[in-house]
Amino acid sequence: MALTLSRPARRRLRTLGFLSPWLIGFSVFFAYPLLATVYFSFMHYNQIKEPAFVGLRNWKYVFQDMPLFGPALWNTLWLVVVMVALRVVFGLSLGLLVTKIKSGVGLFRTAFYLPYLAPPVAATVAFVFLLNPGTGPVNEILSKVGIDGPNWFNDPTWAKQSLVLLSLWGIGDLMVIFMAALLDVPTEQYEAAELDGAGAWAKFRYVTWPSITPIVMFAVVTGVVQTMQYYTQALVAGKLASGVSIGPGSVIQPGYPDHSTLTVPQLVYSMGFQNFNTGAACVLSLVLFAIAMAVTMLLMRKRSGLLAAED
Amino acid sequence: MTTTHTNPALTAPRTTPRTAPARGPAASRARRKRVLHWIAVHSIAIAVALLFVLPFVFVFLTSVMSDDQAMSGDLWPDSWHWENYRTVFRTEGFLDWWKNSLLYAGLGTLFTVCSAIPAAYALAKFRFRGRRTAMILVISTMMLPPQVVVIPMYLVWAQQFHLSGTLWPLIIPMAFGDAYSIFLLRQFLLTIPKEYIESAKVDGCGELRTLLRIVVPMAKPGIAAIALFQFFYCWNDYFGPQIYAAQNPASWTLSYGLESFKSAHMVNWNLTMAATLLVMAPVCLVFFFAQKAFVEGVTLTGVKG
Repeated sequence: MALTLSRPARRRLRTLGFLSPWLIGFSVFFAYPLLATVYFSFMHYNQIKEPAFVGLRNWKYVFQDMPLFGPALWNTLWLVVVMVALRVVFGLSLGLLVTKIKSGVGLFRTAFYLPYLAPPVAATVAFVFLLNPGTGPVNEILSKVGIDGPNWFNDPTWAKQSLVLLSLWGIGDLMVIFMAALLDVPTEQYEAAELDGAGAWAKFRYVTWPSITPIVMFAVVTGVVQTMQYYTQALVAGKLASGVSIGPGSVIQPGYPDHSTLTVPQLVYSMGFQNFNTGAACVLSLVLFAIAMAVTMLLMRKRSGLLAAED
Repeated sequence: MTTTHTNPALTAPRTTPRTAPARGPAASRARRKRVLHWIAVHSIAIAVALLFVLPFVFVFLTSVMSDDQAMSGDLWPDSWHWENYRTVFRTEGFLDWWKNSLLYAGLGTLFTVCSAIPAAYALAKFRFRGRRTAMILVISTMMLPPQVVVIPMYLVWAQQFHLSGTLWPLIIPMAFGDAYSIFLLRQFLLTIPKEYIESAKVDGCGELRTLLRIVVPMAKPGIAAIALFQFFYCWNDYFGPQIYAAQNPASWTLSYGLESFKSAHMVNWNLTMAATLLVMAPVCLVFFFAQKAFVEGVTLTGVKG
């Protein structure tokens, strides 16, 4: 110990040694491509001919002339607001429910958690089948109780709601996080509140809520960042529901039906890898990056525990 | 299926305050209220649990229906066609997708664990200038949508290394640290008391020996958690294989191939559902054996600081 302290250079070298794999990874797989994305956003490049500088033309194209940018941004923001809000509300409710269960907690917890583990593609394929108008079990059951089910993934006004339904099915991660937070609330505070004659709602409002707000904040911010990246489920649901009988890699109109499930990440993919408009794809990437970064800053500013326990 | 209780935070005693046992009408009223409460909570829980489990049940029931019945909207199979599963396995490519998924998830996990351990240890236990900055960089990487950097990375892998059409562009970067795993493991390592590490050094252990002999064995639950998360991340990944493996069906993974499987079997929902269950199966299986590491990992991301 004394030896190392007297040699700060050796300590620095040691730190560097331990961090070097990550430092290399960070520079090569994060810093470099990020700078390159900025570079390509000012270039006309079709991945064959040499890139040519075009100034702000890609930026103008995306914000002024790209017909799908508006719908994609709107869908992404819609999903961010609705999906995150509902996920937090239902996650918290489920967390509360699980902490109240007295018998068979393990069984219930597994039932609530398992869908979260289902691979997104598999879960989406399953939901497209379940919600299939005409042959899917869900509308079959609804019709038995006299309800005329919607067309779900095949109806532009219901497609996003169907995606929300799918994401609520996989809410197990939030349930576990909220459950742990709820069990951490000091019992004495409930006792004190009870002595003061607080009812169930007052106990939640004045004891539970203040102590879990950091976790709620964490769930909201990470939820926003995750939903900004929303890709696989929307893409697979749109492709399958459209009934196009072609495999992956096929060029189909994205966001079936009527662009209602088109998200910004999907637009990045179709611009970059189907239209080979590298410049526009990079502009779209940077829009995503700006929003995700802003949210991340918020996360680190707020006391949400991410950078806590520094010492 | 019973759950083994694990994380102390999750199995902490119930938070309902216990009042001293009383007698008389007030007490019996309280007891009645407790019983009603129990019934109400469990009825709601059973109803909600059914909603969560039913999709699995319907998927399974459809997977053993005949071709015709699977399109009919029927809920219960007339006859049980277990051979659907054999048909799925005999579909061209399906076994290759399994192999590719295992390769991607297996190697990816191994690389991630090996590269995350030293970085997480340094970030948790070393004092150095720029440590906070390093943490901020880790978190920023973690939060970054993969679409932001994918285009330049694809160009490098395709044009410089000619590795498009393989899974290597996805596997190799994992040998250089994955931000999420580093972050998670660091949070775990923070909980290991300094004294253990210091006493190892007093005994003459070098930094590397301390890490391998003292820290790694103590951090096993944390390492298990990041390994599992990484395995599932790779197993479930769709975007990565779509970028790099799409052109070459021999490199498709299960998650990626499943969609094309459905497209190829346009009308065969029964086969598609059987394939869907086969993609889900390893995940569920691993979960039952490693629930503890999972729940701990999830909790660690959200709650512990």
